[in-house]
Amino acid sequence: MIAIIDYDMGNLRSLENALGRLGAAYTVTSDPDEIRRSDKVILPGVGHAGRAMDNLERHGLPSVIRALRQPVLGICVGMQVLCRDSEEAPGKPCLGIFDAHVRQFAPEPGIKVPHMGWNTLGNLEGRLFRDFPAPQPYVYFVHSYYAGLCPDTVATCRYGGTLFSAALKYEQFYGTQFHPEKSGHIGARILQNFLAL
Amino acid sequence: MLAKRIIPCLDVQDGTVVKGTRFVDLQEVGDAVALGRRYALEGADELVYLDISATREGRGTFAALVGQVADAVDIPFTVGGGIRSLDDASRLLDAGADKVTLNSAAIARPDLVGEIAAKYGRQFVVVAIDAARDPSGIWRATTHGGTRAAGRELFSWAVEAQERGAGEILFTSMDHDGTGAGYPCDVYAALADCLSIPLIASGGAGSIEDIAAVLTEGRADAALAASIFHYGRYTIREVKRRLADLDIPIRL
Repeated sequence: MIAIIDYDMGNLRSLENALGRLGAAYTVTSDPDEIRRSDKVILPGVGHAGRAMDNLERHGLPSVIRALRQPVLGICVGMQVLCRDSEEAPGKPCLGIFDAHVRQFAPEPGIKVPHMGWNTLGNLEGRLFRDFPAPQPYVYFVHSYYAGLCPDTVATCRYGGTLFSAALKYEQFYGTQFHPEKSGHIGARILQNFLAL
Repeated sequence: MLAKRIIPCLDVQDGTVVKGTRFVDLQEVGDAVALGRRYALEGADELVYLDISATREGRGTFAALVGQVADAVDIPFTVGGGIRSLDDASRLLDAGADKVTLNSAAIARPDLVGEIAAKYGRQFVVVAIDAARDPSGIWRATTHGGTRAAGRELFSWAVEAQERGAGEILFTSMDHDGTGAGYPCDVYAALADCLSIPLIASGGAGSIEDIAAVLTEGRADAALAASIFHYGRYTIREVKRRLADLDIPIRL
């Protein structure tokens, strides 16, 4: 059973649909016991990183998530809150799994923020990207903040002059800045690889 | 590199796609879900579904359709037509839409843009502007499918919409829409320079070269098209291959 953590950070329907298409059994929950008992955990999230941390705290989840031993996948803001801290939430520590700071894209001529659309991944490492059809696949991004490069980086993406972490991994924790549930067959492969861990 | 997006637009009336004669060989003609899935498999980067139903029953059918699209399609999709309130937007988000597009309602009540963006984020809100050049040469927004002049000047309204929380601007020239004569690339370029959010071009494409022009000279981030795909002149794959051959960054 996969636990999708529901902490009032956006619509979970696309993720549920993507898991459904892969035939995975999932439950949508904010219950600590149900999360601890599941085989795998997905932490989605769209919106503001500070609000995401507040909502996790309100549900009593930060210590629960940090203590998980099964594979965990954070998506978008769900990945960002697994980092050390975020410029979107000044002075507020995040979950600190990944050794990365989350920063806002600096203004650059001709570079639009949010970074929205299909961009290529590079420097792919590890099991999330196993059996990939292309070395530089396109995936779908929507974000205004990014995690910098760090030892946990397992995929990179370039936007304007910024090379950032498109995916992170530390022990059994994974994170993607892009939305695998919206990234067509490439995204489905990534989710399938996570399910196969 | 961030790819330029190619976005087919499906007009839906009472649950059925009203343009879409291209796939006459398929049983799924008119089926909005099947057509969307077909476009996604052909390489569409996003989909836009516009509800053109005039009745309450039609609107109800559309909300149900959005749920079915969300189940079937694994790329982002935007929905619009008849969104007048935060509640309308919430219902479509709950049904699984990734973005909503606001047009006349945003001009009638600009606060709506900020209300939806504050609740669901800027990335959820596309402000669509239909504009035409007035006799003095000023581009002015129109509403209700181009039938009413809204008085708002295009550039100032686009910038205001951005400041109020729009995540993208979708600009259609009513002087070019439906002509197949190409886009006003100079206007797009000037608009792109005013905005820090992505700009989507719509209306006027008659050829792949027109799309290429608005994505390069026009500096648009995406091109939305209906007829060119529905009436079978080109497949999405053909368009994207040709654009890639012209060195435009495209997801193939």
